[in-house]
Amino acid sequence: MKFINYLETITGVDVYAMASFFIFFFFFLVMTLWAWKADKKFIDRMNNLPLE
Amino acid sequence: MQLEKFYYDNRTVKWFAYATIFWGTIGMIAGLLAAVQIYLPQANFDLPATTFGRVRPVHTNAVIFAFVGNGIFMGVYYSLQRLCKARMYSDLLSKIHFWGWQLIIAAAAVTLLMGYTTSKEYAELEWPLDIAITLIWVVFGINMFGTILKRRESHLYVAIWFYLGTWVAVAMLHIVNSFEIPVSMWKSYSWYAGVQDALVQWWYGHNAVAFFLTTPYLGLMYYFLPKAANRPIYSYRLSIIHFWALIFIYIWAGPHHLLYTALPDWAQSLGTVFSIMLLAPSWGGMLNGLFTLRGAWDKVREDPILKFMVVAVTCYGMATFEGPMLSLKNVNAISHFTDWTIAHVHVGALGWNGFLTFGVLYWIIPKIFKTPLYSKKLATNHFWIGTLGIILYAVPMYWAGFEQSIMWKAFTEEGQLKFQFLETVTNLIPLYIARSVGGLLYLTGVFMMIFNIWKTVKAGELEAEEAAEAPALPKHIPAHGKEHWHRWIERRPVQLLVFSLVAVAIGGVLEIVPTFLVKSNVPTIASVKPYTPLELQGRDIYIREGCYLCHSQMVRPFRDEVARYGEYSKAGEFIYDHPFQWGSKRTGPDLARIGGKYPDSWHYNHMLEPTSMSPGSIMPNYPWLADNSLDTASTPAKIRAMIKLGVPYPEGYDKVANSDLMQQANKVKQNLKRDKIEAAANTEMVALIAYLQRVGTDIKAEKRSETANK
Repeated sequence: MKFINYLETITGVDVYAMASFFIFFFFFLVMTLWAWKADKKFIDRMNNLPLE
Repeated sequence: MQLEKFYYDNRTVKWFAYATIFWGTIGMIAGLLAAVQIYLPQANFDLPATTFGRVRPVHTNAVIFAFVGNGIFMGVYYSLQRLCKARMYSDLLSKIHFWGWQLIIAAAAVTLLMGYTTSKEYAELEWPLDIAITLIWVVFGINMFGTILKRRESHLYVAIWFYLGTWVAVAMLHIVNSFEIPVSMWKSYSWYAGVQDALVQWWYGHNAVAFFLTTPYLGLMYYFLPKAANRPIYSYRLSIIHFWALIFIYIWAGPHHLLYTALPDWAQSLGTVFSIMLLAPSWGGMLNGLFTLRGAWDKVREDPILKFMVVAVTCYGMATFEGPMLSLKNVNAISHFTDWTIAHVHVGALGWNGFLTFGVLYWIIPKIFKTPLYSKKLATNHFWIGTLGIILYAVPMYWAGFEQSIMWKAFTEEGQLKFQFLETVTNLIPLYIARSVGGLLYLTGVFMMIFNIWKTVKAGELEAEEAAEAPALPKHIPAHGKEHWHRWIERRPVQLLVFSLVAVAIGGVLEIVPTFLVKSNVPTIASVKPYTPLELQGRDIYIREGCYLCHSQMVRPFRDEVARYGEYSKAGEFIYDHPFQWGSKRTGPDLARIGGKYPDSWHYNHMLEPTSMSPGSIMPNYPWLADNSLDTASTPAKIRAMIKLGVPYPEGYDKVANSDLMQQANKVKQNLKRDKIEAAANTEMVALIAYLQRVGTDIKAEKRSETANK
C-alpha cells in the first residue's frame, strides 16, 4: 500500500502534508534561532524564577 | 511598587499528595498480584474479579491515572501557584477537581473489576466515566488557566508550558480515542473498526505515555530539580527547545506500536521516522536535568531527594533511548509481543515516574508541614531498595523478552518449529518469579516512605495558608533588551495554548485523516462477513474477561508466525471489529487463526481448566463461564448499535437476531454433547466458543467458497 493511494483518495491532502511539514520545520528553525539569540539577562531571570 | 499580600493554598497540595501515595500503593499491590498470577495461576482464585484479565487493567489504570495523575496535580498545584505568584484561581474548583478525580478512580477500580471495559489499553473505562473524566479535566483546565490569568509574574516559566501542553494534548487524545456508541449503561462499541481503531488506539496509547507520563513530569522536573538542588536549571534555552520539539514530534510517533501489523506501510514508516527524531529532544532534556547538578554531586551523595531525582532523570534517558530503538522494524520484530515491552515501560514507570514522585513527595511534605523530614536515612534506604527493585524487575524481563523471541523464531534443521508455544512460556517462569521479587522490593520501599511521611506529618503542622507577597502585574512590562516575538507569547497564555494545540493537532490530523476513509484504504475481502449474534455476544465476553491482554490476534508476516499460527493477518479481515482485538502482548499464543483449530469440546474443557488440555499452562480457570447464562436481552441493542456503525446486518435484524443466536447455540450444544459434555445452550461458555471458532476463518472460506456455495 503506497502512500500515494491515500493522497489520491483525498482531494488536496498533499497540501496538508506539505503544509504541516513546513510549519513544523519553520517553527523549529525559528525556535532554535530565538533560543540561540535570546537576551542573556532575560534568560538568567527566567532561569532563576523557581528559586525566587 | 506596592506589594500585594496573598496566600498559597497548601491544603489541596496535601490532599493530592496523600492520594498519590494511597493510589500508588493500591496500584502497585495490584501489579504485584498480577505478576504472581503469571507463574502461580492459583492466585487468580477462580473468581472473575480477581482474575489476571481484570486485575491487570486495574494495575495499569491505577498507576497511570491515579498514582501519576495525582502526582501531576500535586506538583502542578504546588509549583503553579509559586511560579505565578498567585493562589489557585478557585478553591471550589480545586475541591471539585480533587474529589471528582478520586471518585472517577474509585469507580474505575470497581467497574474494571466487574468486567466493564472497552478493551482499549489505558482507555478501558466505559463511556460514563469517559464523560466524567472530560468534565473534571475541564475543571482542572479552568482552575489552571484562571491562575495563570491572575498571575503576578509576567513571564511563564517553562514548567508551565509543559503543564499547558499536557492539558491540551490529553484533552484532544481522550476525546478522539473515546468516540464510542453506548449500547447500555456500561457497554459501548468503539466508533472505529479494525485497522482504523488500532491506529487511533495506539496514537492515543503512545501519546498517553507522552503527554500523561512524560510532559507533565518534565514540568515537575524543571521546577523541583532546581528547587531540590537549590540552583537554576543548566540551560533555560535548551528547555525551550526541549518543549517545542517534544510536543511537535511526539504526536506523530504512535504507529510504531503497530509495526509489521496490517497497518498500511506508510503509517508504519512515519511512526519510525518521528520516533528516531524524538531521541534528540528527549536526551536534550535528560542532559539538561543532569547537568543542572554539575559541580554539585557532593550534594547528591548526601541528599536522598536528589538521589531519587538523578535516577529518575537517568531512567527517563534510558527509556527514551530505548523507545526509538524499539521503533526500528528489525528490533521491533524481536521485542514486540514479548516481555521486553514490559521491561521498557517499567523502567519508565518505576524509574522515571515513581522515583520523581518520591523525590517530590520527600521535598513537598516537609515544606508544607514546616518540619524536617523524619528520617533522611530511611529515605536513603528507600532509595536503595527501590533501585534494587527496579533492577531486579527490569533485567529478568529484558532477558525473558529476548529469550522468548529467540525461541519463537527457532527452527529445527528439518524446517520445523523447534519449540511449542507453551515451552517458550514455562521456560520463563524463574524470570517471572525474579520480577515479582523486584516488584516486592519496590513496594517495600513505598511502605518505608509511608512510615517516614507519616512520622513527618505527625511532627509538623500543615501550613494550609502560606502567606506570600508580590507586586501586582504591571500594565506595561519593561523589555530586557530587544523585544522578541517569543517573549510576546510567553506573556500570553491563551495564545500559547492555541499554538500548542495547533502543534499537536497537525501530527494527529495527518496520521488519522487518511485512515478515516476506511472503505478506500482497506482492501475489503468479499468473504469477510459480520459476526453472528452469538459470536458477537461471545466476543463481548472475550473483551470482558480481558483475553486481549495475553492473546494477540495479529499474525505478522514472519516465517515463524505463519508456521506457528497460519496465514498472516490482512487489514480487510478486521473491518467489522468494533473494537479491534490485536492485543500487544503474547503471554499466551496468538488467536488470529484459532477458529476451527480445535473441537468445541477442547475449548470447553480448556476454559474450565486449561491445564487439563495443556499441562503446564499458566492460563487462569474460567469456571463461571459454564454457569453464567448469556444475557440475550442485550442482543437487539447490540445489533442496532452495530448497524449504526455501518456493519451490514439486514434491516430489522435486531428483532430476529436472538432466534438465530439460539439456533447456533444449540448447534454448539450438540457438538459438545457428541463429546459427552452436557452444557446448556444459553451459557456464556457456548457464546465464547462460537466466537473463538469464528476468529480468522473468513478468509479460509474464500478458498473453499466454490464448493460451499453449491
